[in-house]
Amino acid sequence: MNDYIVEVSGVSFRYDRRNVLEQIDLKIPRAAFLGIVGPNGSGKSTLLKLILGLLKPLEGEIRLFGTPINKFKDWSRIGFVSQKANSFNTGYPATVFEVVASGLTKKTGLFRFLGNEAKKEVLDAIRSVGMEGYVHQNIGELSGGQQQRVFIARAIASKPEILILDEPTVGVDQRHVQSFYEMLERLNKQLGITLILVTHDIGAISNRVTHVACLNKHLYFHGDREAFEKLDDKKLSSWYHHDIRLLSHEHG
Amino acid sequence: MITALLHYQFLQNTFLTGIMIGIIAPLIGSFIVVRRLSLIADALSHVTLSGIAVSLFLSSKLPVLSGLNPLYIGTGFSVLGSVLIERLRVVYRYYQDLAIPIIMSGGIGIGLIFISLAGGYNVDLMNYLFGSVSAVSRTDLWLILAISIAVAAVIILLYKELFLLSFDEEYAKVSGIPAKTIHLVFMVLIALVISAAMRIVGIMLVSALITLPVAASIRISRGFKQTILFSVLFGEISVMGGLVSAFYLDLPPGGTIVLISILILLMAIYIKRLRTGIRFSKKKV
Repeated sequence: MNDYIVEVSGVSFRYDRRNVLEQIDLKIPRAAFLGIVGPNGSGKSTLLKLILGLLKPLEGEIRLFGTPINKFKDWSRIGFVSQKANSFNTGYPATVFEVVASGLTKKTGLFRFLGNEAKKEVLDAIRSVGMEGYVHQNIGELSGGQQQRVFIARAIASKPEILILDEPTVGVDQRHVQSFYEMLERLNKQLGITLILVTHDIGAISNRVTHVACLNKHLYFHGDREAFEKLDDKKLSSWYHHDIRLLSHEHG
Repeated sequence: MITALLHYQFLQNTFLTGIMIGIIAPLIGSFIVVRRLSLIADALSHVTLSGIAVSLFLSSKLPVLSGLNPLYIGTGFSVLGSVLIERLRVVYRYYQDLAIPIIMSGGIGIGLIFISLAGGYNVDLMNYLFGSVSAVSRTDLWLILAISIAVAAVIILLYKELFLLSFDEEYAKVSGIPAKTIHLVFMVLIALVISAAMRIVGIMLVSALITLPVAASIRISRGFKQTILFSVLFGEISVMGGLVSAFYLDLPPGGTIVLISILILLMAIYIKRLRTGIRFSKKKV
């Protein structure tokens, strides 16, 4: 039995007549921290939507935990964090606790209520993202970075084995971006959660991820971080279709 | 007032119905407002009007249907309208708000035609349009009781799912809950609440009872459960206050209920400003 959590084989996708992804093959091992990088419009978010079952591939197959995606039912094993800071309704009257508790909806099941054990799990998730001081605060009163931490807590409340993040730092204050990535690294190393992070900022994550995938309609590169660091800027530039130089961000 | 309540069955019917709709209208309204679907209540109330008009027409033309309670056909039309709105939202995926004016104008159009065919405006129709203290029959009361129990039970049982769907529709779909089915159930609940509330508050103002208490509550509450709690409290104050004043002043309760709701809303806005001002001045110190 292999230990790949996600297997994407020969997947292509098109919006109307525009090809967005062509023949993508990607295998993500358990406990990896994969950064999917590529320029705007390269199909990164579309690939995530395909993995999450929100879109159906035109051709190819996706397997989650060894099961074909159309037969996969156990969605509580997968957590998802979208670009919420951009689209979030800040006027929504929900507390941090309520938002994080909503992450247990599927796991709890229809017509059932959250028990004491579930409430403890919610508080644990809030604690693990360092938001325990804001449990009863309305989500709209928090900063963009704090809101994203809350959405991560919601995603990990059901103790997923894999956490998928789509440009989670969009709209987050730059001062808080590095501490945000630090928290992700901790979730990966300490809790063993497999992370798939989509970003257009390669430099911000290059020192934290274990694997990198470079996407621009085709999958140009997929390998571990060491192999990625050996790539020269010319090659990256040809994939991005413009000049690019890899700069790792400073962080302590 | 108490003596009248004890003596007259129609008053008992009205106040008992008032208590029920004071709970279920803001309860469903809390989910409607946060999903920014407030206009759906307006569209469905106009579809209900067309059902009432059809019913009045049928009872005027067919003697066998003369005893038919217009609430039945009104409720049926309202539920049908909610399903049609959903279908149109799928057809117009990129212009989902178009579903509301289409259904609303359709409702008004059908309503106007059948009102005319039924012999024009009469007291009964005016009661449906603006509410009445004396129009609730015992049969209405039982139907509204059944609707209230069903609506409250479904909302309590599906609370988690409805919350998630209203807060983050995309996440709800990803998490694997039956989002489409739950949304459809939600739309049918809206239709049922509208048909239950229109006897008291009237078709023209039913959406106000669904949205105004929530609009006031959102200003001052912390968290979604507290929003629901305050909304129901404000809804009850509005309905009871509105019914009592309508009874003494001989006015349509729809108007008095809405005016009290607006008064509460203004107070909530003022309290919020006061609170923000106090917090701001504390920070300055």
